[in-house]
Amino acid sequence: MNIKLKALTKSIWVFHFASGPCNNCDIEILDVLTPRFDAERFGILLVGSIRHADALLVTGMITRKGAPRLKELYESAPKPLVVIAFGSCASSQGIFKDSYNRVVPVDEIIPVNAYIPGCPPRPEAIIDGVVKIVKRLRGEI
Amino acid sequence: MVEAIGNTTKIENKMINLVYYIIFPGFLFTAVVGLLSYWVDRKVTARVQWRVGPPWWQNFADFVKLLYKETIIPKGSSKITFLLAPIFGLSAVTIVSTLLWRTMIDNNSTFIGDWIVVIYLLTIPSMSVIIGGFASKNPLASLGASREMKLILAYELPFILACLVPVIQSGGALKLGEILKYQMNNGIIFGSLSGIIAFIVGILCMQAKLTLVPFDIPEAEQEIMAGPYIEYSGPPLGIFKLTRQMMLFVLPIFLTVIFLGGITFSGWHILWGILKYVALLVIIILIKNTNVRIRIDQAIRFFWGPVTCLAIIGIILALVGL
Repeated sequence: MNIKLKALTKSIWVFHFASGPCNNCDIEILDVLTPRFDAERFGILLVGSIRHADALLVTGMITRKGAPRLKELYESAPKPLVVIAFGSCASSQGIFKDSYNRVVPVDEIIPVNAYIPGCPPRPEAIIDGVVKIVKRLRGEI
Repeated sequence: MVEAIGNTTKIENKMINLVYYIIFPGFLFTAVVGLLSYWVDRKVTARVQWRVGPPWWQNFADFVKLLYKETIIPKGSSKITFLLAPIFGLSAVTIVSTLLWRTMIDNNSTFIGDWIVVIYLLTIPSMSVIIGGFASKNPLASLGASREMKLILAYELPFILACLVPVIQSGGALKLGEILKYQMNNGIIFGSLSGIIAFIVGILCMQAKLTLVPFDIPEAEQEIMAGPYIEYSGPPLGIFKLTRQMMLFVLPIFLTVIFLGGITFSGWHILWGILKYVALLVIIILIKNTNVRIRIDQAIRFFWGPVTCLAIIGIILALVGL
């Protein structure tokens, strides 16, 4: 394994983008950062600017207002970048499937590396998803 | 023949200087210790919050990762200034570290006014943040840079006043070597009343110089994201972060030199010196973890009011001879 990949998978800085979620997913994301689960011991940090990010975490069904901004965020992020569709809404629009202001799921706007299903996903599921992404990046899966 | 020997010694001297600046007290040493002390910061913070915290190589992984990321230059920004700004700060910190350590290793390798040079160079990293923030053409970055500027105006006056106390006590010599020699002969400056007052002022100003809580107003994450750093990505961001982590090493060392007698390199004294640095680091981290961010106007009122008064009292006491 080369040093570049090792450094990348050992320090994942996450940018959190919420486009029309019901806030349950966002609360679960904050749960992962609290002392009980402590994501910082794996080098995972929440950053404020997309320019610092290695992972783009998308929650919520994508609204009409949110879709162009999501695209812009993806374009303005420094590569390599991992995109994670978080929760049932972001993965497949969930219960908002027939809503008037939804557009399309995340993976029809930007390429998605991992899906974490659940409404909302439990913190254990989130950590499992992160582990799978890291293994995928290292070519172990 | 004589000329040739003179040339080789000149070249050797240059090589030794290069080693000083790049490897031992200079860049490499400061960077490694800075990254490690930032790890201490993160680990202690985690323990205070009842977490486990990152492993010791976490900051090295962060830095290497940032080196391999893409560098994005925002449209409409001034490209050269944007990319050069991090380098200014890094070189200034490297020079300060080299000066301080050379003075500590050999008290005679000092020159008149190196006290002024060090204080001047310690402002450059903040200046580079301002330059980079304004060059990146982002409203939040400009806001952060203007806050940083106000913060510099706030803390610089009490900081210089506090650093004047050791100079007055050691007989008006603007030399770091003279201050160290004075402390070796007459006991450390922290042992006198004016020294204690000036040291407290110095710690408060150090917190603001490092832009840590409660004075992390320029990069307030909750209101202006990352402030001046918002448009930086990849290697320039890595250099900015490295500069901040090196400052976390260099500033406590500077306070150690002028107030606590520096680090002496003879036998067990070196452990005592390291203990001084670690104690200062823990004080910084505890202040960081037990306070909340204040507004910029509160910070200016705090520094120009009580802190400056305290520093002036310290100077008067030093002039009286206490």
